[in-house]
Amino acid sequence: MASTIFRTFKVHLFPLYPPSLLKITNGVLFFTTTQQSQTQQHHQNPQKQTKKVSASASATSTQSKKLDKIPKDYEPIIGIETHVQLSTLTKAFCSCPYNYGSHPNTTICPICMGLPGALPVLNSKVIDFAVKLGLALNCRLAFNSKFDRKQYFYPDLPKGYQISQFDVPIASGGYLDVDIPVEFGGGHKRFGITRVHMEEDAGKLMHTEIGNYSQVDLNRAGVPLLEIVSEPDMRNGIEAAEYAAELQRLVRYLGVSNGNMQEGSLRCDVNVSVRPIGQSKFGTKVEVKNLNSFASMGRAIDFEISRQVQLYSQGQDDQIVQETRLWDEGTQRTITMRKKEGLADYRYFPEPDLPAVIISQEYVDNIQNSLPELPEIKRRRYEKMGLSMQDVLFLTNDKNVAEFFDATVAKGADAKLVANWIMSDIAAFMKNEKLSINEIKLAPEELSQLIASIKGGIISGKIGKEILFELLSKGGTVKGLIEEKDLVQIVDPLEIQKFVDKVIAENPKQLEQYRGGKTKLQGYFAGQVMKLSKGKANPGLLNKILLEKLNSKS
Amino acid sequence: MKMLSTLQTPRSLSRFSLLLPSAVTTTTSSHFSSNSLPHASLSDQSTAVPPQSQILSIRHSLLSRQVTAVDLAQSYLTRLRLTEPQLHSFLHIPDDSAVLAEARELDRRIDGGEEVGPLAGVFVAVKDNICTADMPSTAGSRILQGYRPPFDATAVKRVKELGGIIVGKTNLDEFGMGSTTEGSAFQVTSNPWDVSRVPGGSSGGSAAAVSARQCVVSLGSDTGGSVRQPASFCGVVGLKPTYGRVSRFGLMAYASSLDAIGCFGSSVADAGILLNAIAGHDKFDATSSKQDVPNFLPHFVSESSLGSKPLKGLRVGLIRETIDDGVDSGVISAIREAALHFEELGCSVNEVSLPSFSLGLPAYYILASSESSSNLSRYDGIRYGNQVFADELDSLYGNSRAQGFGSEVKMRILMGTYALSAGYYDAYYKRAQQVRTIIRNSFKEALNQNDILISPAAPSAAYKIGAKKNDPLAMYAGDIMTVNVNLAGLPALVLPCGFVDDGPAGLPVGLQMIGAAFDEGELLRVGHIFEQTLNKFRFVPPIVADSIA
Repeated sequence: MASTIFRTFKVHLFPLYPPSLLKITNGVLFFTTTQQSQTQQHHQNPQKQTKKVSASASATSTQSKKLDKIPKDYEPIIGIETHVQLSTLTKAFCSCPYNYGSHPNTTICPICMGLPGALPVLNSKVIDFAVKLGLALNCRLAFNSKFDRKQYFYPDLPKGYQISQFDVPIASGGYLDVDIPVEFGGGHKRFGITRVHMEEDAGKLMHTEIGNYSQVDLNRAGVPLLEIVSEPDMRNGIEAAEYAAELQRLVRYLGVSNGNMQEGSLRCDVNVSVRPIGQSKFGTKVEVKNLNSFASMGRAIDFEISRQVQLYSQGQDDQIVQETRLWDEGTQRTITMRKKEGLADYRYFPEPDLPAVIISQEYVDNIQNSLPELPEIKRRRYEKMGLSMQDVLFLTNDKNVAEFFDATVAKGADAKLVANWIMSDIAAFMKNEKLSINEIKLAPEELSQLIASIKGGIISGKIGKEILFELLSKGGTVKGLIEEKDLVQIVDPLEIQKFVDKVIAENPKQLEQYRGGKTKLQGYFAGQVMKLSKGKANPGLLNKILLEKLNSKS
Repeated sequence: MKMLSTLQTPRSLSRFSLLLPSAVTTTTSSHFSSNSLPHASLSDQSTAVPPQSQILSIRHSLLSRQVTAVDLAQSYLTRLRLTEPQLHSFLHIPDDSAVLAEARELDRRIDGGEEVGPLAGVFVAVKDNICTADMPSTAGSRILQGYRPPFDATAVKRVKELGGIIVGKTNLDEFGMGSTTEGSAFQVTSNPWDVSRVPGGSSGGSAAAVSARQCVVSLGSDTGGSVRQPASFCGVVGLKPTYGRVSRFGLMAYASSLDAIGCFGSSVADAGILLNAIAGHDKFDATSSKQDVPNFLPHFVSESSLGSKPLKGLRVGLIRETIDDGVDSGVISAIREAALHFEELGCSVNEVSLPSFSLGLPAYYILASSESSSNLSRYDGIRYGNQVFADELDSLYGNSRAQGFGSEVKMRILMGTYALSAGYYDAYYKRAQQVRTIIRNSFKEALNQNDILISPAAPSAAYKIGAKKNDPLAMYAGDIMTVNVNLAGLPALVLPCGFVDDGPAGLPVGLQMIGAAFDEGELLRVGHIFEQTLNKFRFVPPIVADSIA
């Protein structure tokens, strides 16, 4: 059906979206603790914690340099509009599925194509998700809200209007708490949430590389979105990026979206203005789009701040105009996309095809009670467990990791030790094997068991690590592996003494050197003994007995 | 044509007013003299049987095998072909072969003893702004010329599921915007009572088709009176259900908060049976009601079983503002006669005042235009419909819409766009919504004191083609009787109640009965009794007699 109805249309000039700018660039994240891929790679083992800090800090040195350049007499004001694509099974107003990357115009129907006579019917999950996020953002909910039509013409908007919410958003007046990572100065920040409203996504235009026409893909048309508008509470790129990262974490915790920026499931438009310190009136705000990662978001904002401050300081602040600028990843600059001449008149009016959205206190209470432990609460709880903020941020970044951590601790393991194991060997393994924590074979109770076995001296730490990799890749139980491989630590002093005697007897030269004062060789002997015991000798006992033997004159 | 004599009510082909016997005789005799009608005689009219349900008699004839579906289809097709060149009711008529194939299949099933639906063999015409998957659906607009929807409207789907045969797509004012059907981009439809006159609109094609018996019943749409006013002009029964009673899915939206799919029939029973078929909740229309749809059939008892005062105790309110200045005196007297008839049936009739009545028209035109400016945004030439090629996007939009829409549509889009614009919204759209609330409340109050309200369906009978074409305000004023009902979302039934002395055979006048929300059953019951006991008049237009002859 689609093929008979769709057609290409030729458009010579597409001034709004130059094709080159519509390509999705896979922004790689360097500077924040907020992306899994990045955080995992810096945790080789618990002993090398410091490595992570230095790695992050070095990556952000450019950031801080830029920030330093901003004269202290200007104050940047940043507000963020975020569109979150909801992971409902079907679209907002029809029963089409949405799968990112599907062949163009394959998940469409008369309703999302806006054919004559088609009507929208609200997917009730959209309200569930909106209420969830509204509650999680500490918002006031509108018990009686409605949908409105936002009207404008564009080929990716099949009905000529977007079903959205205008004057009565489902949620408003909330806030989001963020812990700034230590390497960016740390601290706890609270950013205001102006509103959360429900709306539908538009389709996509596909611009041919050579041809002078464009094609429309309506797969995305009608996919439900939540638009979250922040208060203008951020003051630099890091705060903005951390706000966005926390929002991503939140929607993932809530299960309302996959929050994937590369696929466009989480899209941030930022409004940036600067004003001289002491001035109460806001400066002219500029909207920056095309931010495909938190990293580009931070860089784009800092660039934009510098640009505006520079214009200010050169007395050219009249050149800061209301406009939409695009972040160009290639040149690391923002460039003008379109100037806003006056306010666009979207001629909002209540959507007559949809009844009012009326929710009850009971419904809200049910959702409130079903909310998972949210990142902020989790962070405070982990903090109270005595974990460092670094550990806290790592563990809470991914809900599944946090759950794994909680489950392991619940089995009696020491929190700090669990954190160390997860952040070092387990994280490294997941990164190498490209697995998520849900995909590894290690169960939390086994990690707890492993930690207990080491603590109880049943196995050595070294053997513990070996077992861990077995458990991670093949599964099984700690007890089973210890028995199967005969890995129980040797704690019988007599048995260890036999190994020591043997090693000393086999290394007369080294013994002579040792006794001649080269005491460093103790390590060598210890290694040999450990080797002989196949790593099972209790290191404490081993060293004690070895020293006695080495130092005895017999 | 033997068929017709078994199905048609006795052909009392024109009005017969007992009050004005001499005048009537003159008119009718002159008419009859110019058309020799073997089966008709003046004596029929005084002893005429009231209109019977065509749907029920078709069912009876088919199931008793007095007639085959193929014969029945052929007789309708023959009359359709015969009358269509004068009327132009249809924008699309399927091949006879397709219709006859459906009829043959129906005969096979009846012969085989299979169950057939309540609309089996019933010829149903569908207004062209209602989507049909197997026929073009243009809404009478150039911008949708040749457009074929990939789905049936829910109402059409239900008609088909119950055995109805879609006989074609009827003409209308473009997107339902108009009151004469002259606003069609393709053709002008004539009134079967006088082909020099308009059939009303916007569902003029559907009304004319039923009036001329080109079909048994038809679907129309009513946003501000588009079913009721043409029903009045064409002398047929028109039913505008409560907003939400019938799914709008597949109805090309004009003004979503006002639009309702409605029914035309040559009897109250037929309109009611058709409503029964299409009413009810639809998961594809969020504004469709979940209220149960009662079976209306028990209301359609035969005239003989009615007592002497069958409507005893019914409180009828005659809306004073509708029989005031600006309404044709002939219309007023027809309505007053109808009121007398109600009294004869045992009702108490009182005049009621709806002070907000006159506010309805401006409020309606603001709201309807505002919603239409939005609803018609999708006709942009990008995905379907007429595209006027251009090198640049804005020109593509501009040219496609400039050439695709007619002037009335453009005017309403402009008005609506203006009314919704920043800075004007409060003064126009919002204010109109407030008026709407006032109107809704005043109806509610009036319907607390009365069981039904009555008024003319239009301030005049059908006027000449072209008479108001260049005077949109005069045309808008003609909607005064009907728009309030849409604003209040109430059901209303229009049925012919008399004539004005004009045209070759007189022109029918429609009585509008307004009921409480979702109380179509009461309207149909009262309307049926009114109809069955109104022995003075018959409402079969001359063109039917011509085609029979």
